Amino acid sequence: MAAEAISRALRDGALEGEHAPALTIKDSIHAPLGAFVFDHILAQLSSNISSSKSQAQLRIVDCYTDPLGWKSQLAESGIVSNRSTQNATTASLCKNARDLDMLFSSIVELGKEVIRETKGRFAVAIDSVSEILRHASISSAASLLSNLRSHDQVACLFWLFHSDLHEMKASSALEYISSMVACVEPISNTTNGKGMNSENLPLIEQNLGRGKFSVRFKRRNGRIRLMSEELHTEQMGINFVPAFEDYVTSQSLVPKVQFSLQLSEKERNDRAKVVLPFEHQGDGKPIQIYDGRRSVSESKTENKETNAEKMHVNEDSGRGEIIYIRDSDDEMPDSDEDPDDDLDI
Amino acid sequence: MMSSNSANNLLDEALGFNDDGGGGGGGLLLLIEDRVETSGAFILHHLIKRRLSSPNRPNDVVVFLSFAHPFSHYDRILRKMGCNLGVQKENKRFVYYDMLNLNYPVTDGEKGAEDLLLSVYGKIQKTVELCSSREGYKNSTIMIDDISLMEVALCGSSNLVLDFLHYCYSLATQFDCLVIILNHEDVYSTMDVPSPLLQMEYLANIVIKAEPLATGLATDVHGQLTVLNKGICQGSGCSKGKIRNFHFRVKENCVEYFYPGSRT
Repeated sequence: MAAEAISRALRDGALEGEHAPALTIKDSIHAPLGAFVFDHILAQLSSNISSSKSQAQLRIVDCYTDPLGWKSQLAESGIVSNRSTQNATTASLCKNARDLDMLFSSIVELGKEVIRETKGRFAVAIDSVSEILRHASISSAASLLSNLRSHDQVACLFWLFHSDLHEMKASSALEYISSMVACVEPISNTTNGKGMNSENLPLIEQNLGRGKFSVRFKRRNGRIRLMSEELHTEQMGINFVPAFEDYVTSQSLVPKVQFSLQLSEKERNDRAKVVLPFEHQGDGKPIQIYDGRRSVSESKTENKETNAEKMHVNEDSGRGEIIYIRDSDDEMPDSDEDPDDDLDI
Repeated sequence: MMSSNSANNLLDEALGFNDDGGGGGGGLLLLIEDRVETSGAFILHHLIKRRLSSPNRPNDVVVFLSFAHPFSHYDRILRKMGCNLGVQKENKRFVYYDMLNLNYPVTDGEKGAEDLLLSVYGKIQKTVELCSSREGYKNSTIMIDDISLMEVALCGSSNLVLDFLHYCYSLATQFDCLVIILNHEDVYSTMDVPSPLLQMEYLANIVIKAEPLATGLATDVHGQLTVLNKGICQGSGCSKGKIRNFHFRVKENCVEYFYPGSRT
């Protein structure tokens, strides 16, 4: 499943000679479930680390409490008390979210502190890059993420991003840096793309609890692997289930015209019974190879056979058939494997 | 059909408010979006009364930042609804900041605007800290009327507005406050770039939209409210997001809320 594949990739860390795997979790206001996915991935990663030799330790760079240093300024001038800026010992307070160089240093310093005894690597999770982009440019943010990704002590990193808060170029820049992009989309598309009207309300409410979860993996050789499933929010988190065609929804989307655009039940069953002509899925009959010439007698015989087959087909109307004759012995039998899989360009 | 004077009306139910006027606290941000045809100011007035009139919450405080109207405007309206803002102000339960009369800088630009905002935020934090130390304190409420005028006051910097809202929200989560802001949807409707309103919708836990009916103006129905409550996450788990939609009619002293077709 897609979510498990992500967790595995992050847990495995950087491959030999490669930068750390990087995941973008992307959502929008119409499918606001990115935070749930972020929490799930974080929990899975912590669990994976804990199950190995070392215990997972969490360190927080707190850019939420006082990102611009306002509270600190007010506390220093005695206008407010100091307790607003006090944090737990595991949190490092960031008072200037605009300075991404300092932020990078804070992250690396905390990370090194965590792995000091184990001499391993640390993972980085950012909630969220959209907040970073409120205070810094896309080029600075991209530079931060690239530097983290190429740091030899960073095992993996992932971040949350709200795509509709930014221009396309920001989204594209982040996707280029990522080795995995997980996109949360609405399970139901609202009419006209508009907001809350009476027709859309049930769909909008549905999108608050369910979403399509599509993941794009970028392999080393440049090939892309796509996976998708559905996610449902539950009381204690989220659950991923295989995607399935919503037959009722697709029925309602078929335009009402005079032509028959749908298959009947019988037609669907007949299509399912057709044996595909791939040779490794053969039906037990000897494989024929067409030599380019056919004698009259052979064609007559063939006609008789064809007629017999036709009669046979008419008698056995529930079974469809595709007759495939291989052109030559040079033509390799069909296979499910992709011959380009072992390429390492 | 329910009026705003009954114990709990459709709006309160959609917001998750209790009969005693409580609930809806605990670090939440409520965004009211209205339009020229359907002003959402009546929602602000209703919430002021709810937060100040609850007998079980005598120490709750409303901090009100006004960019739109003078104090006398709100005082007159709330008196008709049975709430004396003058007395509440004297008792320090209604803390009113008249932002219209603040001399915001013209020459200093955004830096001067940020300094002014820092000063205003400092006053709010001090007020909330003081209230939270009182016995019997439950919730404070921070209200802003309205965000688009606040942006004008800050030399058009939506970034500063968002920074301010972020800090109010962090204050809300720390001191169990409710932040209520009013903004005008049609001000941002022609923007090509992602609008600041979308940022606020992301930040908000509850979004109330006041819109006209699809069929246009009517004498008996003044508009419709759509309440999107995203649900909250606590230690025991997360509640599911819900949407409620109903109609409203603004009368002299109260507002009626009712489901479509339920009026006799």
